[in-house]
Amino acid sequence: MPSERLARLSWPRVVFVGLVAAFAVVTIPALVDRHSWTGVAIAVAVTAILAYVYLSPRRIAARFLVPGTLLLLAFQVFPVAYTINTAFTDYGDGHRLSRSEAVAQIQADSVVEQPGAKRYELSVATKGADASGSFVFFLTDADGKVQRGDTAGLTPVPDAEVTKDPITGKVITVQGWHVLTGIQVNGLGERLKSFAVPTKDGFIKSVGLSQAYVGQFTMKYDAAAHTMTDTQTGTVYKESDGDFKAADGSGKTLPIGWKVGVGLKNFGAVVTDGAIRGPFFRVLAWTLAFAFLSVATTFGLGLLLAVVMDHPKLRGRRIYSSLLLLPYALPAFISTLVWQSMYNKDFGLLNKLFGTHVDWLGGAWAARGSVLLTNLWLGFPYMFLVCSGLLQAVPQELKEVARVDGASPLRVFRSVTMPTVLIGVMPLLIASFGYNFNNFNVIQLLTKGGPYPSGSATAGQTDILISYTYRLAFGAQGAQYGLSSAISFLIFILVGLISYTGFRQTRALEEVYAR
Amino acid sequence: MKERLWWRHLIGLAALVFALVPILFLVSAALNPTGTLSTTSLIPKGASLHNFTKLFQDENSPYVRWYANTLVICGSSALFNALIGVSGAYAFARLRFRGRRAGLTGILLVQMFPNFISLAALYLTFINIGDVVPAAGLNTSLGLVLVYLGGAMGVNTWLLKGYLDTIPKELDESARIDGASEAQVFFRITLPLATPMLVVVGLFSFVSLLNEILLAGVFLTDTSHKTLAVGLFGMVSGNHNTDYGEFAAGSLLAGLPVVLIYLYLQKFLVKGLTAGAVKG
Repeated sequence: MPSERLARLSWPRVVFVGLVAAFAVVTIPALVDRHSWTGVAIAVAVTAILAYVYLSPRRIAARFLVPGTLLLLAFQVFPVAYTINTAFTDYGDGHRLSRSEAVAQIQADSVVEQPGAKRYELSVATKGADASGSFVFFLTDADGKVQRGDTAGLTPVPDAEVTKDPITGKVITVQGWHVLTGIQVNGLGERLKSFAVPTKDGFIKSVGLSQAYVGQFTMKYDAAAHTMTDTQTGTVYKESDGDFKAADGSGKTLPIGWKVGVGLKNFGAVVTDGAIRGPFFRVLAWTLAFAFLSVATTFGLGLLLAVVMDHPKLRGRRIYSSLLLLPYALPAFISTLVWQSMYNKDFGLLNKLFGTHVDWLGGAWAARGSVLLTNLWLGFPYMFLVCSGLLQAVPQELKEVARVDGASPLRVFRSVTMPTVLIGVMPLLIASFGYNFNNFNVIQLLTKGGPYPSGSATAGQTDILISYTYRLAFGAQGAQYGLSSAISFLIFILVGLISYTGFRQTRALEEVYAR
Repeated sequence: MKERLWWRHLIGLAALVFALVPILFLVSAALNPTGTLSTTSLIPKGASLHNFTKLFQDENSPYVRWYANTLVICGSSALFNALIGVSGAYAFARLRFRGRRAGLTGILLVQMFPNFISLAALYLTFINIGDVVPAAGLNTSLGLVLVYLGGAMGVNTWLLKGYLDTIPKELDESARIDGASEAQVFFRITLPLATPMLVVVGLFSFVSLLNEILLAGVFLTDTSHKTLAVGLFGMVSGNHNTDYGEFAAGSLLAGLPVVLIYLYLQKFLVKGLTAGAVKG
């Protein structure tokens, strides 16, 4: 009986399902507004799954698994798929939009004011408090009538919903909207300049931060011929690989293109384009060297200290290990920033202590050495702790038997102690290699990838792959999401290989144990 | 036979010097009355709290806001990380359902590819999310927490499943016979028994997120939304020499609680690390 089923629902579940329903009520209309049908489908599916799982009396295991799985799919699996997808496109600055959006934007950019055209007082507003989302215009005409303008056209706004500046008539507040301040409007930059509201007399565009005018296109798009014509100069531009290229062969290209699939071009560029191939392989080589040397040095020092401290009669062992724990305990971002300042050429501690004037982070090899030294400092306490524990685990009888048989202490260490330690530590060494392979923090906080060779602002001498993809997507040379994603894709493959090695190693060791 | 131990102390002391110099320097810089990098020495020449008062009054770097942001972002992420991890682990350890083995393998596979590698894709996704739900877009704590929770199921589920496997099943079975529902068994029996492990999982995820600057740096660009790591990084890359004392004071206040917790849990940590190592 349904009533019995409902009676068994506990209140936390009811509250949870209520929250899910509220989420659906908020997001679905917003998605419909934006014609984002994929978004609507996802929102409906998520709501339905959650409601079903938490209301059905049977889906008990799913109740424990669904929230984590949805988050995993949304923010870990989907981004990987999106990355792979983007790796085959030219997505980035100049190629951010779909074709129809690019056409609309080129036309909007070409609007020019006609002499004697109508002017408006302008306010820019967003739905939420975040100025980075989409925005609309609130326009007050000479008669004080207010209209809302978006990319679909104009909608009249009743006076009851707005407050206006008494002198200019500019809209100050609107019910349900968040009017942006002058600074925020200024921050919209290019997006404001290329925003145009279509009307029957032409297009309304902003001029300055608080005025708008009605103007006409000078770029005409012919949807049948796929051409764009500049009516002022008569130049015809043809579509070609995500760009409008001048048909007269002058090589002129309009600044705004659209996102198209480019197949393997980004990957091909890594192999064939000299400007990318050189930096890429240099970064790859340093990534591998950095990860390997970081593991080798931290393990080497950690093991050495563990062996030195592993003596029953040594006094103060606990004090040593407490103090050696400190570099591990202090959050790494802090210690890395402290190291960064200690390396400073003019004021840094190292030059002061040694009385030198070395630019520790200035030269390619000096910077690489400094990065490794800091990473050694960050990592050796962990290896020391692990090795100390493993040394304790070496069976004492085994050592004694070997010694009775006449083995020297060195021989006992090499043939009895080391194998036990290595078996225990191997999975951790591989994990540490994988971690350092993507150790963005130590690079970004110490050198920001620098020093940069002349002529390259995206691949510094200490950049590793992950910081290189970061700079390709968010660096000073502009966004190249397509290429950045292609490099991310290559990182996926390399990380997969490392993890596979790790699994095989672990399995091989398990076999050793089993014997 | 008397063994000579002095050389062991010699190596140990050398390691201590290496380990402690940067930490000593940080403390010295925080107490340095002049507050600049150029006047900071390894042994403090004087001690004053000037840097700390300056830190709390500096309007360009809202330190208290950063601290609160960090506690909210890392705290809630760590809490939900542990909760999502343990509920997944509970299902895999205690319940039998279709796709159980495949699910476990799938999680192992997915967690090899941490989501920060897809940072461009995440950034572009959150531009769109922010357009529909501004409260979860770029420059919001909620958006960043969601990204951090993407891996919650992957990283900890295996670890916690291993731990739950060591807790006798008889405990939940007797509760079930007494009429407890699955949710009651989970919340009243399993969670309390798993608390020590949950604390460790939560602590480790808190500290690793405290250090996270890649996603936090891309997502949080407004000064008032930043976390400590992103904010303090900006502080030293901005005016390196003159704001150094302020940076050091801020770092000390941020790092000290973590250091104290680690020292307090020292024995437990060492055991946990080596247990993991021996088990592989």
